[in-house]
Amino acid sequence: MENPYLPYPVRIDSVVTETEDRNLKTFKLIFLNSADREKFIHRAGQFAELSIAGKGEIPIGIASSPTEQEYLLFTVNKVGVVTTALHQMSAGDVIGVRGPLGNWYPWEQMEGKNIVIIGGGFAFTTLRASIVYLLHPDNRSHFGDITVIYGARTPGMLLYKDELAAWNERDDIRIHITVDAADDPNWQYNVGFVPAITQEKAPSAKDAYAVVCGPPIMIKFTLPILRELGFPEERTIMSLEMRMKCGVGMCGRCNIGGEYVCKDGPVFSLTQLSQLPGEY
Amino acid sequence: MADRVIKKSEFIELIDRLLESYRVYAPVRQQDMTNFQEISAADQVDLSLANTTMSPKSIMLPQSETMFEFNVDKTSDQAAILRETEKDLSPRLIFGIRPCDAKAFQLLDLNFDTVAYKDPWWVARRKTTTLMGLACNAPCSTCFCTSVGSGPFAPEGLDLLLVDVDDYFLIQVITEKGEKLLNEEGIETEAAGAMKQAALASEKSSLQSIKSVVSAASLAQHDTKTLFDSDFWEEVQFACINCGVCTFVCPTCWCFDIQDEVHKDNGIRLRNWDSCMFPLFTLHGSGHNPRAQKLQRLRQRFMHKLKYFVDKYDKGVACVGCGRCVQQCPVNIDIREVFRLMND
Repeated sequence: MENPYLPYPVRIDSVVTETEDRNLKTFKLIFLNSADREKFIHRAGQFAELSIAGKGEIPIGIASSPTEQEYLLFTVNKVGVVTTALHQMSAGDVIGVRGPLGNWYPWEQMEGKNIVIIGGGFAFTTLRASIVYLLHPDNRSHFGDITVIYGARTPGMLLYKDELAAWNERDDIRIHITVDAADDPNWQYNVGFVPAITQEKAPSAKDAYAVVCGPPIMIKFTLPILRELGFPEERTIMSLEMRMKCGVGMCGRCNIGGEYVCKDGPVFSLTQLSQLPGEY
Repeated sequence: MADRVIKKSEFIELIDRLLESYRVYAPVRQQDMTNFQEISAADQVDLSLANTTMSPKSIMLPQSETMFEFNVDKTSDQAAILRETEKDLSPRLIFGIRPCDAKAFQLLDLNFDTVAYKDPWWVARRKTTTLMGLACNAPCSTCFCTSVGSGPFAPEGLDLLLVDVDDYFLIQVITEKGEKLLNEEGIETEAAGAMKQAALASEKSSLQSIKSVVSAASLAQHDTKTLFDSDFWEEVQFACINCGVCTFVCPTCWCFDIQDEVHKDNGIRLRNWDSCMFPLFTLHGSGHNPRAQKLQRLRQRFMHKLKYFVDKYDKGVACVGCGRCVQQCPVNIDIREVFRLMND
């Protein structure tokens, strides 16, 4: 019997400090055993438990796309015991990965549709996985227009800056980068909160899905704008966070009503969420 | 499968014989409480109480258990790689478990033994454990098992059910696993008609003595958000001190935490019982807590048992009517009253 609590051993291949506050780092992980790599088949939107022996585990969205087959990427914010320990680790260190866990963005339903991706702050990780997945030559033709609105507090707090710049040069994806404030006179993108930029850029809801991931305050003010733009609840897709332990729907803490965010989520449509108690 | 019968005096010898091939768990007097524990001789067993203070859930889901071991010695090529801890999964027998507690194991199977994931330790322990139950001739005033799909003589979840009839135990054979145990031990005397009549009479009088009744019939029909937003939670939670004793003694509370411990170069990952009564249970790293208020935590416990579970599995409520939480709550919160508030 497969033990769902046993992590795969992985080696940290590289560590990139993403943000100017140095609180966000991206860890590139390589499986120690190639058989484990073959078993780990994920879809964009899923998460995994990162395991540090002696410290514990943390649920983190998978930032690499399924099309990036040789490694896994996780961008981790330093907040608690495990993430602090992880931030002190470096290339060569061994940790564990348990997953993939949870569901994913509804790629089957979204095929042939326009995709509007809206992200804020460090919740951009599974959205990066999604963009890389969508832009892959095998997949790009299966989807319509792709629009991305991504905001952070300052230019220095944006994740994946090089990739953002590269995507900005492409003509098969429309990307609106924004910051709450910038003191850089050469800042060439938008200034303003994500909801305001969403309103200003007004992506069409026609044949479109909106995938929204960000801090609660961003979600709160973005959802009414999506409604105004005509996105129905069933085509407004969100990914939730909860304190988790087991990741497989057994330990009992991450439920919203009868749904476990770890197993039945983390991805829910607004239709699904509107039927659940507002306890998240 | 025909009922068997055994003299109580011979039964004591049977337990002692079973100790050679099984690890036997039974109710044992522990100072002011009677609880299940592994016994080494039949005379340790105490069947004088209607039920144990703690449920027997720890036999399947220990209060604390090591899942994995590892070393953190960086010079080792196995450093930080987790290894599964070996468990003693030799055959076990739980003797004297009440029908309500056996039913609770079946309900927990729904959580731990699923199509998508299987908890390896739960599944293995369930498989290697035989349940020899004891029917309740004299239920407590707080027992309401008959309202929630169990009963003082209910066979669900058991392999064998013993009925105390004067100097004898009538043994109802419920599963092949139970029959195998009896055949191996040569317990083959079939119960006579009079013995069966006496057992039936006990069952009837036991059923009649259960005066505590709850209604769960409408729970599935009620709207989740309406129940969630009901005003009665304010009153129910008023006296609650979030001590968690209800979850601690409950046979159907299974929530657990996972923690690491390190001593010098050696570490373990273990799981411990946890409780939805505690704010840390749901506290995010960011400081946000979806259940920061005690009302939210108390509501979670009852909504989970009497609504979310009902809707998720269509197997009734996650309560077996053992009455432990009613007896142990220091501020007299009574789940039977919450049944009424939620169901009516």
